[in-house]
Amino acid sequence: MPAESGSNRRPETGAFFQRDRTWHPPVLTPNYKTSVLRSPQKAPLSFDNTLSEIAGPVFGHAMLGELDADLIHNFARPGESALGERIIIYGRVLDERGVGVPGALLEFWQANAGGRYRHKKDGYLAPLDPNFGGCGRTITGEDGGYAFRTVKPGPYPWPNGPNDWRPSHIHFSVFGHGFAQRLITQMYFEGDPLIWQCPIVRGIPDKAAIETLIATLDMQATIPFDARAYKFDIVLRGRRASLFENRLEGN
Amino acid sequence: MAQSLDRLRESPSQTAGPYVHIGLTPNFCGIGGVYPTDLGATMVNDKTKGERIGLRIRVLDGTGTPLKDALIEIWQADADGLYNSPAELRGTADPNFFGWGRCATDMDTGLCAFETIKPGRVPFRDGSLMAPHITLWIVARGINLGLHTRLYFSDEEKANAGDAILARIEHRIRVPTLIAERQGDTYVFDVHLQGEKETVFFDS
Repeated sequence: MPAESGSNRRPETGAFFQRDRTWHPPVLTPNYKTSVLRSPQKAPLSFDNTLSEIAGPVFGHAMLGELDADLIHNFARPGESALGERIIIYGRVLDERGVGVPGALLEFWQANAGGRYRHKKDGYLAPLDPNFGGCGRTITGEDGGYAFRTVKPGPYPWPNGPNDWRPSHIHFSVFGHGFAQRLITQMYFEGDPLIWQCPIVRGIPDKAAIETLIATLDMQATIPFDARAYKFDIVLRGRRASLFENRLEGN
Repeated sequence: MAQSLDRLRESPSQTAGPYVHIGLTPNFCGIGGVYPTDLGATMVNDKTKGERIGLRIRVLDGTGTPLKDALIEIWQADADGLYNSPAELRGTADPNFFGWGRCATDMDTGLCAFETIKPGRVPFRDGSLMAPHITLWIVARGINLGLHTRLYFSDEEKANAGDAILARIEHRIRVPTLIAERQGDTYVFDVHLQGEKETVFFDS
């Protein structure tokens, strides 16, 4: 795979801002039961980024297919399309300095409009949509901007508590410029009452942090008689001053 | 009140959930026809420089049960210790080695297999050479923030002894949790999420 970024900006080579772990859900969130046996109990080893974390692979636009950012059509039979509320998700990938991150690989996956995943282990009663696969990807533009088309995923019950439901959500995997920026998160939809009852969401300690994961309905960005639009920005770790290249001994 | 620093805050992480493979390795979980191949599935070709090695990695939960729904990404330098990245300023990495791999754990055994090369040594911030290592990133249902650690090599005893990161581990009894065991041309590595053998994870 060629390492072409599609950006004219000079690559940055500095270490990343320290991660604020109180802003993320702690490893152990007992109300999300699977975390109980999968959460490391010992403190992580802290150290400043080395080149191994500062560097990261570059994904090229050449790898993208024509329909990769169109979940309505990328799995559908010719002439058909996925069922559900047609929506556009758009936004920017920024870093903590507010700088757009160009060339970031975004991958997204979701349940169909009925709340069912195309996976053999998903046993929810809602039907599979033969025209919906549930995955897509894109690469951000020069300003960090991105957009894709899909259908709004349905909420679904899941075997955590006796009656736990996940709010409608889309999973996002984000690959920025350094391996230490690697992030997986989820996007929720403005106005969904299930957000505030979800044990996974509630693992995030700060209400303000949760609100940054809720996409806003944008009626100015719709395609009339086709799709509504939701805006969702994603923030990755920022870079400290690029002194590393001049001072190999560190900042 | 002093001026604001005008900084944004990193988006909070969320679990990759049980169906991370739908998004990141769709062909692996039977969603064909969207992408030709899963990203990261092939790490080497005939022209890649370096010693060919296999990695066999498992992730074990607090009961010792292998995770069958995890996804592992690895990131490493080429045979000369150069990263295929714009942040690499010391030279040009092997164009036949991308350095990044992605693998889902087997749905029956929990085993994750990579075919790659032994990486060269990469400098620490003070200029000393770190021992050969591969960076790991692990996500799965129940993991709220992707876990970051490293795999070192059992046949690099001398280099491991001088490695700046391994040297930072206060409890020396935990150092072996980062060292993969050589078996022929394959290295076997168990990641323990909890328990006596809990792997050292990184906050970097």
